[in-house]
Amino acid sequence: MELELRGITKAFPGVLANDNVSLTARSGQVLALIGENGAGKSTLMNILSGIYRPDSGEIVLDGKVQKFHDPGEAIKAGIGMVHQHFMLVPVFTVAENVVLGVEPTFFGNILNAKKANKEVQEISQKYGLAVDPKAKIEDLAVGLQQRVEIIKVLLRGAKVLVFDEPTAVLTPQEVIEFFGIVAELKSRGATIIFITHKLKEAIAIADSITVLRGGKVVGHADPKTTTQEELAAMMVGRPIDLTVNKAPAQPGAPVLTMSSVTMTDDMGRALLDDINLEVRAGEIVGVAGIQGNGQTELIEAITGLLPLAKGQIKLKDMDITGSKPRQIHRDGVAHVPEDRNEMGMIGSFTVAENLVLDSYYSQPYSHGVRLQRGAIDEGARILVKDYDVRPPHIENMASALSGGNAQKMIVAREFSRDVPLVLCAQPTRGIDVGSIEYIHEQIVRKRDEGVAILVVSTELDEIFALSDRIVVMFDGKIVATLNTSETDPTQVGLYMAGKNS
Amino acid sequence: MSSQLDPQAQEDLLNPRERSFTQRLATAADWRSAILIPFLAVISALIIGLIMIILTGSSFSEAMNAYLALLDGSVGSLRAISETLTAATPLMLAGLSVALAFRAGLFNIGGEGQALIGGMFAVWVGFSITGLPIFIHLPLAIIAGILGGAIWGFIPGILKAKTGAHEVITTIMLNYIALRLVDFLLKTTMFQREGRNDPVSKNIEVSAEYPTFLSGIDSALRVHAGLFVALGAAFLIYWLLFRTTIGFEFRAVGANPSAARYAGISVTKVYILVMLIAGALAGTAGAGQVLGVLGRTTPGFTADLGFDGIAVALLGRSNPWGVVAAAILFGGLRAGGQQMQVSASVGIDLISVIQALIIIFVAAPALISAIYRLKTPVASAQISKGWGA
Ligand SMILES: Nc1ncnc2c1ncn2[C@@H]1O[C@H](COP(=O)(O)OP(=O)(O)OP(=O)(O)O)[C@@H](O)[C@H]1O
Ligand SMILES: [Mg+2]
Repeated sequence: MELELRGITKAFPGVLANDNVSLTARSGQVLALIGENGAGKSTLMNILSGIYRPDSGEIVLDGKVQKFHDPGEAIKAGIGMVHQHFMLVPVFTVAENVVLGVEPTFFGNILNAKKANKEVQEISQKYGLAVDPKAKIEDLAVGLQQRVEIIKVLLRGAKVLVFDEPTAVLTPQEVIEFFGIVAELKSRGATIIFITHKLKEAIAIADSITVLRGGKVVGHADPKTTTQEELAAMMVGRPIDLTVNKAPAQPGAPVLTMSSVTMTDDMGRALLDDINLEVRAGEIVGVAGIQGNGQTELIEAITGLLPLAKGQIKLKDMDITGSKPRQIHRDGVAHVPEDRNEMGMIGSFTVAENLVLDSYYSQPYSHGVRLQRGAIDEGARILVKDYDVRPPHIENMASALSGGNAQKMIVAREFSRDVPLVLCAQPTRGIDVGSIEYIHEQIVRKRDEGVAILVVSTELDEIFALSDRIVVMFDGKIVATLNTSETDPTQVGLYMAGKNS
Repeated sequence: MSSQLDPQAQEDLLNPRERSFTQRLATAADWRSAILIPFLAVISALIIGLIMIILTGSSFSEAMNAYLALLDGSVGSLRAISETLTAATPLMLAGLSVALAFRAGLFNIGGEGQALIGGMFAVWVGFSITGLPIFIHLPLAIIAGILGGAIWGFIPGILKAKTGAHEVITTIMLNYIALRLVDFLLKTTMFQREGRNDPVSKNIEVSAEYPTFLSGIDSALRVHAGLFVALGAAFLIYWLLFRTTIGFEFRAVGANPSAARYAGISVTKVYILVMLIAGALAGTAGAGQVLGVLGRTTPGFTADLGFDGIAVALLGRSNPWGVVAAAILFGGLRAGGQQMQVSASVGIDLISVIQALIIIFVAAPALISAIYRLKTPVASAQISKGWGA
């Protein structure tokens, strides 16, 4: 199915999110849509899938002009949006989730489980989307959950598939599998739109690349001939240096010391298994590992969000084992959380409120119990400017920020604190190359100021670009501690896969 | 250390999406959901009410007359206005109680019980102490009411914080307990009026009564100083919610408990404090009825105040000033409904139907949007919210 967007324009209060955007996507091809944070990619796709209505412009499918009043109509017309989060019911099986809403019912609303299982099986065989229809969603890895989402839209007859940053939460292995799925869909004539911030990926799988900036299409590129540098420059409007420039670390005294830290779940299984870790002032320690191997627990142990079963955590000379999160925060730990929507921000609060989310109770943001709006707004205006959060309207709801700008807001909040230890979990997830460059610079600047930094990332590139030392986590344990200069991604990759070479 | 991860916090972490309904209520922000939807909901409910009057055998002009009587009885005269405000006073407080809890993501169904207990505390102070001047006795009685309600709100709060018991269940149960407790207490010598066999309390002293500040003009003007207490409470709650660190914590917990925990806010402490204050507000409502209108207590003397408070909070979008406006509207419907019953012989039950319809429309904003073809669906919550959204 050929898709054409003609002159799509969409304004939000104070922002022109899409400004006369036209593009074409062809059957059996992958169109990569790239652009800075806030360039209007998600907005455009939300228009295509009927979630927003454009102020002007047309959606044309196989030469016919379409008008979508709601997502249901877009689905009927063959548009399938693959969402990443929260669209599946965790306690339902794969088949139940897939047929939810289009149950092949027998009589009224009785779920015909057999038929549902069969339909899922058929689709997953046809497209090579191996997944057990009877498995519960909550037991599946993120990559498999994504497959379920894909099956869901295929079952509804989607001819145009939209993926909004599908690889942001996938492991490297899952990304490879995902590309396989995309190739299969392509060969069966699907029209695919793929949004990503990873230029490497765009070059690897797209047939054509369209670049958005400030709501406008600023150019097209041919993946066969273009380079990451060229794409980055088109996106941001200036050349980008994709490598991190930093002098060798000058590590000082230990700031974070974890000794024999163990954490267990309700069933007594070890989530963290005898962790010994030291991060010294003025060094960046990168935690590599496939998602779900204890990195989240490691961070939440340090911040006091999850209780330890045993072990000790020290901040400088202070024992912070068992302290409350508020106390640890005060003692001097900044934390960019892994899950920005669930933890890092409150969507219905303003940008200014989010910028004091964990310091609202301290001077100068409050006197006694009275919040000082003036001080809060003033601080927010400075941070929004320094960290280039766009649009810079501090009184807007945080939920109106694009994904990457929300991340910048959180980074701004945590990095602006003058503390000895900064924990960054996936600090650049969903962020455009220009902002990655900036955030990486900030991390290095903090290090050079003598701050101890722990970076958790599933991106090996990021780990290698930033870290002075690398620890690899596997199954709740630290399986390797390496000097960045003495190792390489292949070796780390083996440790990540649990193969203690 | 283990005390940090109490059951409730755990539930919140595992199930952060679960409270989306209260979250939605807690965060009504734009003018569309704050003003337009409630307004259209009222209009729609009145139109359906009109149709119902006609369907039950009245002519159009009779139905219009009923509505005119409703209008006349609510705002048509000084006396009507006095009645409207008298009815609105406890609704404001009960509505604030529910609204505050909503803001923190809690559903306080227990306003009824909290008002009953508050009223009993107030009536006891009101009749058992004698010989005090009004400026001591009345405040004492009000404080007693606040205290009674606060105790009854604290119980579900602490149960939720320490055991994870859902506040909807516990507050409903506490309503029943309060209702029967009042029945029981009214038969004890401590409360029951001498020489009576039926359950009725002693009358409060004049020095514990809210002054009726317009009775100088006309002794039938019942509106009393409790109105100012209610308005003061609305101001205080507004200030608390939006100008203080405590309110910041309440709203953070209501909007996103796991982000609140991340920010170092003790979710359990917030639950306890919110229920305590919510109970205190409902207790003030109950006390106000005793000290301003009834002068004594009888079984079920609060007359569903706690439940009407839920309706008022919903219509007022959990905003303190919205609650005040909604309470005045509902007070007007109550007062006007009396008049409608008398002069147009349309039963006052219709008022309850209209109120219920308003709430249905407010609770289902999509319905209103559809009926009035409002542009862009109101509940166009960010459907696509992955990492990229
Ligand atoms: N619901 C909304 N209300 C107001 N403004 C919005 C809303 N949704 C998006 N915007 C604004 O529109 C612009 C485009 O946002 P969009 O989410 O489409 O960006 P994006 O290209 O997907 O960015 P990212 O790469 O960060 O995800 C941004 O400036 C954003 O702040
Ligand atoms: Mg986006």
